[in-house]
Amino acid sequence: MVEIDMKMKMQRVDEIIEGYKGEEGVLIQLLLDIQSEFNWIPHGVIARISERLRIPKSHIYRIASFYKAMSLNPVGRHIIQVCLGTACQVRGAPKILDRVEENLKIKEGGTTPDMRFSLKRVNCLGCCAMGPVVVVDGNYHGKITPAMVEDILGKYK
Amino acid sequence: MPRLNSKEDLRALRRKIVGMRDLTMPYITLCSGTACHATGSDAVAAAIQKELEKQGLTEEVGVRRTGCHGFCERGPIIIVYPEEICYLNVTPEDVPEIISKTIKGKEIIERLLYADPNTGERMVHEQDIPFYKYQTRLVFSGNLWVDPANIEDYIALGGYRALAKALQEMTPEEVMEEVKRANLRGRGGGGFPAGRKWETTRDASGEPKYAIVNCDEGDPGAYMDRSIMEGNPHRVLEGLTIAAYAIGATHGFVYVRQEYPLAVSNLAIALEQAKEYGLLGEDILGSGFDFDVKVHRGAGAFISGESSALMNAIEGKVGEPRPKYVHTSEAGIWDKPSNLNNVETLANVPLIIEKGADWFGSIGTEGSKGTKIFSLVGKVNNTGLVEVPMGTTLRDIIYKIGGGIRGGKKFKGVQTGGPSGGIIPEQYLDSPVDFDELTKLGSMMGSGGMIVIDEDTCIVDLARYFVDFLCDESCGKCVPCREGLKRMRDILDAMVAGRGKEGDIELLKEIAVVMKKASLCALGTTAANPALSTIRYFRDEYEAHIKEKRCPALVCKDLISYYIDPEKCIACLKCLKNCPEGAIEGEKKRIHVIDQSKCVKCGICYDVCPPKVGAVKKISGKPVPPSLPEVERAIRKGKKRGGGSD
Repeated sequence: MVEIDMKMKMQRVDEIIEGYKGEEGVLIQLLLDIQSEFNWIPHGVIARISERLRIPKSHIYRIASFYKAMSLNPVGRHIIQVCLGTACQVRGAPKILDRVEENLKIKEGGTTPDMRFSLKRVNCLGCCAMGPVVVVDGNYHGKITPAMVEDILGKYK
Repeated sequence: MPRLNSKEDLRALRRKIVGMRDLTMPYITLCSGTACHATGSDAVAAAIQKELEKQGLTEEVGVRRTGCHGFCERGPIIIVYPEEICYLNVTPEDVPEIISKTIKGKEIIERLLYADPNTGERMVHEQDIPFYKYQTRLVFSGNLWVDPANIEDYIALGGYRALAKALQEMTPEEVMEEVKRANLRGRGGGGFPAGRKWETTRDASGEPKYAIVNCDEGDPGAYMDRSIMEGNPHRVLEGLTIAAYAIGATHGFVYVRQEYPLAVSNLAIALEQAKEYGLLGEDILGSGFDFDVKVHRGAGAFISGESSALMNAIEGKVGEPRPKYVHTSEAGIWDKPSNLNNVETLANVPLIIEKGADWFGSIGTEGSKGTKIFSLVGKVNNTGLVEVPMGTTLRDIIYKIGGGIRGGKKFKGVQTGGPSGGIIPEQYLDSPVDFDELTKLGSMMGSGGMIVIDEDTCIVDLARYFVDFLCDESCGKCVPCREGLKRMRDILDAMVAGRGKEGDIELLKEIAVVMKKASLCALGTTAANPALSTIRYFRDEYEAHIKEKRCPALVCKDLISYYIDPEKCIACLKCLKNCPEGAIEGEKKRIHVIDQSKCVKCGICYDVCPPKVGAVKKISGKPVPPSLPEVERAIRKGKKRGGGSD
């Protein structure tokens, strides 16, 4: 089962690589596509890209570890982004982040042991008028207070 | 659609589109920017569709989903044409009523109108609402009308006319001269004259030349570029193509943040449509000018918005800045001359070409021409995007347009220029806002973030926030920035935790000098600005933290305590039930007490205590008063507080 899964994964990786055939400087775009496909960038995939594009693995790791949109670790089923842009900051976002961390018993950047949630702190999502903002799986929750945190998290099993 | 081959073709198409549109027909526009998406614009759109079908009106009523209108605080916003009735905070439940009453019955629904918070007076039209009334929306105007997924909406408004004029009636030199004469300065932060930048790239040797749009809007608290790109992408593409023509660039890139998915998708649609209509790609409008544009999605790094770092990223490398012995305008992407402009800068270009440099120069101040879009956010009543002529005072922006400070609190300052800027205090509220004035005040224009703070914001904590942000975003390539920021963060962390020492302020200033002089790029050279400007204007707050271990704004967790005032507590159980740590002890008719050893200072008790009661207090710089003896905690009927004390 795992093997079939892996094979299908690689097939998808190959398709993504094919899509950029003949273009220069595509590594970042390629890795972003992989990230949105699998929610993270598995090590096997990096080896595959290295082989196909003849780019050293070390170079790919450097890119993948530099950019915030890319993750080298598997992430939870639900991704929570707590916005800490300035507008959210002055409207109390740090208290929201504290509350989420205390509720899930993980720190920002972490994933719960049951793989239910991954928690990220982000610097401005560009919806400052609604701050503080928490985004779970792409759903925006605006103008939230610490007391609302538990209910919001409860919606995502 | 056959492609357009001349200015005349474009004019004919515009006439055709406008001619086919019946302006007396009822029309609904619905704001669908990201903020409105978040507040339910999709559900409202679905409800409109459903209701029109139900009432058999799909043929008679037009619907258009437009970009951001700016008043994000009150979204989703609906405007009903031809009367231009503006409804705010619309929910799907309001839709049937809007259609039967306003569309069919021509009747205004009072409760959905804007109400003046002071007089209660209702306002029917968008332009009467103070938030809009004092604005001059030139760049942003298209957002109210245009469906970003439909190029014909943009053409109907006169879109691409400036491009046709440039290609058919002007030489590249003339286009460049016009922009130079208009003195259009970069809206992304630096304020460098765009025309001069174009000229450098034009004169540099090397082919091909590149023209790039920077939509890596990383400044926390600023989102005007996002709203233009999402709401009116053709405007940006038109500006970019005109720039490319002036420069002689044949290839272009739009660098847009991955965090802006709606901008990425609307941009992709716009690119396809522009190509199809012959407004991009080969032989644009039959002029023989070719310009090919690609999208590069940014992968989440603040520093990648810096010009040389951005070019590295486009090449597929780590987005770190290069040393600037040679400017990117001469040797940028793959060492070829590359011109980079911000979204808002390019969105101004079609206006300048169409209406002329003299017209543009008549708006604004001596050194800063035109308008600027600010994102007015934070502790202000009306938050959103605000476009005003350069030179408008901070007071007009914050009080006339923004409606003043929330909850009747006291204004403390306004943060401009993002992490490279500073905080401007009350005594400068009457300063006109332009590039040079803000720099004089120790801040900067930046990309136009304007974060209003009130008495409840701790200045030291805010400075720490910016330093922490930059520490996180510094690429680490040069030592002064990497290590300087870390040391600054250590010092500020200690200060907010009550471990600040005498001499810390001087040390911060000393580090700032080195960073300013020795860092590789603008991130490092400006990184100390938030700390320096706050030391300049709010030194007393720093000193309260250091000397008295007190946080005057009652924010810094380690320096404050929560405490329930026994004189005010009505034993309503609200705080007790909501406390996540079970740190509050009490019961019905028994005054509540916080167990300080269990309290994590999350502030929920403070938030949930009814405002009328106001029993939960924050204190700083003094010990928590001892709790009442057990016998005095009972509340007897008819008496405020029972026990032996009365």
